[in-house]
Amino acid sequence: MTTVRDVITAAVLPAGAAFCLLGAVGLLRFPDVASRLHPAAKAQTLGLLLILLGTAVQMPLRHAPVLLLIAVFQMFTAPITSQIIGRTAYRTGALDRRLMFRDELADRLARDGTPVDGPDRPDDPHGPHGPPPEEADR
Amino acid sequence: MNVLYGTVLATVAAAGLLTLVRLVHGPRALDRILALDVLVTMVIAGTATGMLLRKDTTSLPVLVVLALLAFTGSVTAAHLIEKREGMR
Repeated sequence: MTTVRDVITAAVLPAGAAFCLLGAVGLLRFPDVASRLHPAAKAQTLGLLLILLGTAVQMPLRHAPVLLLIAVFQMFTAPITSQIIGRTAYRTGALDRRLMFRDELADRLARDGTPVDGPDRPDDPHGPHGPPPEEADR
Repeated sequence: MNVLYGTVLATVAAAGLLTLVRLVHGPRALDRILALDVLVTMVIAGTATGMLLRKDTTSLPVLVVLALLAFTGSVTAAHLIEKREGMR
């Protein structure tokens, strides 16, 4: 039984550490906030989950619910944090628009008549507020 | 097994140091919030591995508190930034 536990831990714990390291490298090398959200989420969910799994296997059974609680909580909160940071980045104009192929939210907002405030949209001939709203829809 | 735990702990520590670099010179405050969030996650991972290495479970509640604090801190800071930028 101990051997089985040790094998599971030896497989899972380095994988989690590798995910943490790769997430940190991605966080360091990616160009702007929106793309840095991806490696951050990998390190936060999969990296931490694998390490908690490897830890829980080695511990007495009565400590497993606490680690499960942390894992579930992390799975719930990591997407919320990513979404809020991404939304703040969009609203404060922190995104690098030269890296974007398409901004579907801007099209949608322009259609609804809500102005989009971003500092620079270099490839957009209509200025900072996106293309003019299309009246044909309604 | 102690060698494995030590290696994992060193890897997580290296990841934490790389995150700390992003935290120190992330160009915007949002980068710093994101880096701080990831750093707390790595502290959780390192504490869990350290529990295995030291073979005691005293710091188990610390993990729960850290997970709670990371979430509330990041969300509150992001909201504050949104409010501050909205003022201008």
